[in-house]
Amino acid sequence: MSAVAHPIVDHNVPAGEPPHIHHMDTQTAYGAAKLGMWLFLGTEILLFAVMFCSFAVMRYYHLAEFHDASKHLNLWAGGFNTIVLLISSFTAAVAVTKAQKGDNAGVVKNFGISIVCGLIFLCVKGYEYFEKAHHGMFPFVWNSDFYHYKNFLGLYFCMSGLHALHVIIGMALLYWYGIRPAMNNRFSGKYYTPVELGALYWHLVDLIWIYLFPLLYLVG
Amino acid sequence: MSAHASAAVTEELNYLNWQKGIWSWLTSTDHKRICFLYLYAILFFFLAGGVAALLVRTELAFAGPQIITDPHTYNVLFTMHGVFMIFLFVVPGIPATLGNFLIPLMIGAKDVAFPRLNLFSWYVYMIGAAIGAVAMFNPIDTGWTFYAPYSTTTGTSVSLMVFAAFVLGFSSILTGLNFIVTIHQLRAPGMTWMRLPVFVWASYATAVIQTVATPVVGMTLLLIIAERWFGAGIFDPSKGGDPVLMEHLFWFYSHPVVYIMVLPAFGVVGEIIPVFSRKPLFGYKMVVVSSMAIAAVGFIVWAHHMFVAGISDFSAKFFSIVTFLVAIPTAIKVFNWVSTMYKGSISFKTPMLYAMAFVFLFMVAGTTGIYLAMLGVDVYYHDTYFVVAHFHYTIQGGAVIGLIAALHYWFPKMTGKMYNETVSKFAFAALFIGFNLTFIPQFMLGMNGMPRRYYDYPAEYQTLHTISTLGAYLNGFGYSFALVNLLWTALFGKVKAPRNPYNSHSLEWQTQSPPIHENFAEIPVVTEEPYNYGTPTGRGH
Repeated sequence: MSAVAHPIVDHNVPAGEPPHIHHMDTQTAYGAAKLGMWLFLGTEILLFAVMFCSFAVMRYYHLAEFHDASKHLNLWAGGFNTIVLLISSFTAAVAVTKAQKGDNAGVVKNFGISIVCGLIFLCVKGYEYFEKAHHGMFPFVWNSDFYHYKNFLGLYFCMSGLHALHVIIGMALLYWYGIRPAMNNRFSGKYYTPVELGALYWHLVDLIWIYLFPLLYLVG
Repeated sequence: MSAHASAAVTEELNYLNWQKGIWSWLTSTDHKRICFLYLYAILFFFLAGGVAALLVRTELAFAGPQIITDPHTYNVLFTMHGVFMIFLFVVPGIPATLGNFLIPLMIGAKDVAFPRLNLFSWYVYMIGAAIGAVAMFNPIDTGWTFYAPYSTTTGTSVSLMVFAAFVLGFSSILTGLNFIVTIHQLRAPGMTWMRLPVFVWASYATAVIQTVATPVVGMTLLLIIAERWFGAGIFDPSKGGDPVLMEHLFWFYSHPVVYIMVLPAFGVVGEIIPVFSRKPLFGYKMVVVSSMAIAAVGFIVWAHHMFVAGISDFSAKFFSIVTFLVAIPTAIKVFNWVSTMYKGSISFKTPMLYAMAFVFLFMVAGTTGIYLAMLGVDVYYHDTYFVVAHFHYTIQGGAVIGLIAALHYWFPKMTGKMYNETVSKFAFAALFIGFNLTFIPQFMLGMNGMPRRYYDYPAEYQTLHTISTLGAYLNGFGYSFALVNLLWTALFGKVKAPRNPYNSHSLEWQTQSPPIHENFAEIPVVTEEPYNYGTPTGRGH
């Protein structure tokens, strides 16, 4: 090991990109990205776990109020949204298969449907919030008749609001890392990591709703 | 003349000089440069938190108001001290700086798994710090624990500050996630799990806690904001909420977080002691297992902070017993370090002095921790200076001394220069004596019943308080001296460091000092355990 200057040249690096972004082979990079995403999803679940835990404790303290307040939620809107998100998760899964087959147009189409479903979900959610505000069951416009529902509704808005934020982030991810590169035909059987990771994130967003819906709308 | 000129031409390229200019630093995805970005930021907040601590100690030097005339300002000052030190200095302390610098070098990789994410997490940290700085315009007075219902009702800018802590937590999660993936995926050929240096193992355990615990406190802090903004009724008892729930959620993170702080320091000490004892690390496997055990058990002890908060007898007993269990893996570590030194040929270089100080101080911290885990005793000691002293022996005597030890030990590798041994030993003596002078009186104050977070006290407590304040000044002087010495050497030092000044066997010392941008000219192949010092099979470097 002589102490000579080491020329920093990496011939595998495409021109214009910093050299050590590409400091591992494709297989390792795929494994790393996937492990990183799963860990991140774990942290997301823990984030929501705090609110599930708070919900359990608050429900124990205010059982009757939780029971009554939950009846004020719009079961049909929530149920419709559940179906919408399930469809969006299905198309996200299809997009991964399309990417693995190198069908970039299929990725655009299926992720596109997922994003549209996300939009529908947000519109329905917005309608539900608007309805609650109209009846004075919303932060800042509390009607004193419903003040005792505050513990339930506070958690409802925190949980569904944070979930809605995740839907928005998920839509941005699907577009930015899925649709945009797919329009440039970037994906092939050898390279589809962003599609797979984007779909994983979207499934998580869906999965959290799968637990939120029965908890908030059905069990109460 | 000509010899001088040719020497300048063939000056080695390294990560410090291969690109120039401030912009090349701010956009660098090199883990070694990101280490320095973090280092300067955290040391700035170490200074800010230290100044707040010295102001607190100055106020407490004598009975009666000294420099602070109202309790609110005093509350603000100790809160600033806590928030700066915990969220901005000690939590990112070793992982974000030396963890960043060392993990890829120690496992024989070119960088961390996600270099851009690594830089991103520094920017997230800086954004969090900036939000915290804005919150200083109406500084909070809740203490760093943000206990409800005070935090949900006080008029100070709690929302901004807890949001800053949330953002900082996000940065911490990203760093931890990055390290876990790096250690899983990027180990060099032959670098099996059982050949990883203990610092990497400790960082791995730390990263697991960072990713698992931090989201919980993050969400809790957001719920405090929700409570303040629209009265969500979760933590505020006047709205039907449960403040004890907030304490549970808070400590579910904030107890494991002390292991985020101190586990990397365990790793640092585990690296330093074998090198300066010229002996293999005693019981390598048990050191590894105990790191992971501390990370695991650390998750089920949180409610020992809440013995007087009104939790049930059953859970108090459970959390008390489990807390005692933490003593087992920690004691294993202490025995391993001492056994490593036993009959070794010890050289008392500065890093070794810090490492030995760590072992001593941490034993004090651990034993006093046992007092506090005892249900009956804790009722008496709760919220007294005994807890303050115990905590500072753990975090300052553990995590901060570990960081300073690591900065000295890896300084030649990081900067390519050697610091002055005499000066740094003098600084060590000042901060070690100053530290004990500050906190031994606080143990005694606590046993005499002095409650914490009070800005005044009866005259009976004055002698011990005065000694403690004098110690704090000496302690602050020692830290300043040690760090200025390192900073001065890094900037103006003339003595070039060799590749491997301590004859260490681990990989980071096998590349040049400072390392090249890609760490190794060629990826190394590992063929043996990391600490084969003075054994027949060890390499004879």
